[in-house]
Amino acid sequence: MNMAFKNETFRDDYTFTNSPEAIRRFPFPFDKDEYMYSVNIEQHTKGAPGSVFENVIDLDEHYLAECEDRRITLADDPDRCIALPHMMDAQWDMLELGMESLAKDFPEHFQLSRDGDNWHWVNKPLDIEQKFVFGDLSTLPMEPFEFISRQLQGDWVVMDQRDEDLFADMGMVTSQADWSLAFDAGMSFKEWHGPVPQANEMGIFERALKYLLHLQYGSPVRRLNWTMTVNPRLDTSPENYPIWGPDNVSVTANNVADKVFLRVELQTLFRLPRSNAITFGIRGYLISVRDIATYPRWAKRLHRVLTNLHPDLAEYKGLTNYRQLVIDWLAPMDDGADIGEGTHPE
Amino acid sequence: MSVLNVTVEKVEQITDVVKQFTFVQDNGEALPKFSGGSHVVVSMDINGRTHRNPYSLMSSPANTDSYQIAVRRQDKSRGGSVFMHDQVKPGTKLTITYPVNLFAINRLGKKHILVAGGIGITPFMSQIADLNRLGADYELHYAYRSSEHAAFREQLEELCGDRVHFYVEGDGTRIDFGDLLGQQPLGTHAYVCGPEPMVKMMLLTAKYLGWPSNHVHSEQFLAPPVGDEFTVVLNQSAKEIVVPGDMSMLEAMEEAGVDAPFLCRGGACGRCELDVLETDGALLHHDHYLSDAEKAAGNKIMPCVSRAKCTRLVVNL
Repeated sequence: MNMAFKNETFRDDYTFTNSPEAIRRFPFPFDKDEYMYSVNIEQHTKGAPGSVFENVIDLDEHYLAECEDRRITLADDPDRCIALPHMMDAQWDMLELGMESLAKDFPEHFQLSRDGDNWHWVNKPLDIEQKFVFGDLSTLPMEPFEFISRQLQGDWVVMDQRDEDLFADMGMVTSQADWSLAFDAGMSFKEWHGPVPQANEMGIFERALKYLLHLQYGSPVRRLNWTMTVNPRLDTSPENYPIWGPDNVSVTANNVADKVFLRVELQTLFRLPRSNAITFGIRGYLISVRDIATYPRWAKRLHRVLTNLHPDLAEYKGLTNYRQLVIDWLAPMDDGADIGEGTHPE
Repeated sequence: MSVLNVTVEKVEQITDVVKQFTFVQDNGEALPKFSGGSHVVVSMDINGRTHRNPYSLMSSPANTDSYQIAVRRQDKSRGGSVFMHDQVKPGTKLTITYPVNLFAINRLGKKHILVAGGIGITPFMSQIADLNRLGADYELHYAYRSSEHAAFREQLEELCGDRVHFYVEGDGTRIDFGDLLGQQPLGTHAYVCGPEPMVKMMLLTAKYLGWPSNHVHSEQFLAPPVGDEFTVVLNQSAKEIVVPGDMSMLEAMEEAGVDAPFLCRGGACGRCELDVLETDGALLHHDHYLSDAEKAAGNKIMPCVSRAKCTRLVVNL
């Protein structure tokens, strides 16, 4: 794939933009006019060429900019990367998953050659070349999980499976939608999902946990999640709320289309072989309301979803202050026609 | 479900009733990495019917050029172990699933007590490789009937040194569960695999001594018991399938072309669970997964091992 990596920011001057190709391949999540939670898990198999589902781990034009944004966040707050001591096997599993996937799917950018446990990794975009012994900590400049996750887009939470439950015992979280790894580290599946409204009563997490406990190596799964955010900011963490929180009340009818972004998470779940842990990739994609309206079908669908959205969900997703402004901006584009089910743009 | 195509590279007679099989992948690549305690499900074509049996991986997770399993010949069975012993030879091709782990070491455990009876030693072989690599504190207590049944004794002495203790029933030495479980420090986890009476005894003793249930782990693959013929009706497709006396419900559904979910096929993991909508008889639960309350309530069933004494059983599939 020929890809020019962009030089752009997700903070301060927010120079982030999407190319027309990035807009077209955006993982628009709404297939119906109403949205409610579901265990919308599907097999993570090779998707349509050019789509975000094509490869095991997606890479796009924002790769370098996102890695740089992560670097800045970690420099200010190293606790965005946590790995509890018993997770060392999972660290190596994760390094293997990241390197194998990138080398296989993007050979023009990444190379991995192996001679037994002697590995040689090349990351051309980030200008990294590393020879190391797999399993030997002393041969890497930092722990394996941090080493690889600094070279991957998206957040990663790795869960230890024990006691018929999953525990968030390891993570690299620098692009989260307002949750804290430092707060959640060590929590069980239902504990860290506690704040989500309605889903518990619906039994969503009960079923999701049962399903995940049987997740098999070699058969990963995926689902989409969504929220909205003001400015194309990746680091909307509780830790930095003073920086981004006030932006929530800065939206006006004049700036809504360019300031409010739909933020969709492509969530992938892989069983890891040596540790028997499960890794949870949370890959965020941002698109402005104006860019969504590039495709009339999407404009109509988003207008209807936001109009029909249950107030509890709107509040939990932090949309309360600008939801109506977005609805009002999209309204003229919605002729009320039946657009049928499906997330396709046209 | 992902499968691996393997060829049998070697077959070794370990004791008069135990054979060890070594598999390599047909495409020449190394087999997938796995965690100690994992098993694979082996598919066998026996007289035109597909049998699938789970077997623990005994080989070291560190070297997956090949996998090793050990099978104890059970004459009074549905034929899986007899097939493995009599029909499978070097060069035989089989399909196996990716490794699945329902018997994993608890990574927070401060100490691990492993208790094996007879062929139940197999899952501990790969667990020990991990425990040694991690420098964990563990003991292996291995009970077997007589010295002819000492499968892998030499290998264990080499792997475990003084961490392994042998109990030979023929010599009159038995494991004293009360003794063993009554003197362990907080944070110890116990794991047992072997004949049902032994597993039951260990679990009861642990409970009696006040061990938290999430610190005691067992693995027992049940063979689907035989029973009376009945018909299972799939509610969503309106398919009616006859379940013969010597086939499990899951096997009957698969033979009928139904893509029913499954994982361990031994009543342990819960993956195949189906909702029971109605029946004109009684459910016969043979699994280890549902709670006593769930079994009594009668609205769930594990088709891999359980049956029903009825003419019709309607499930939500």
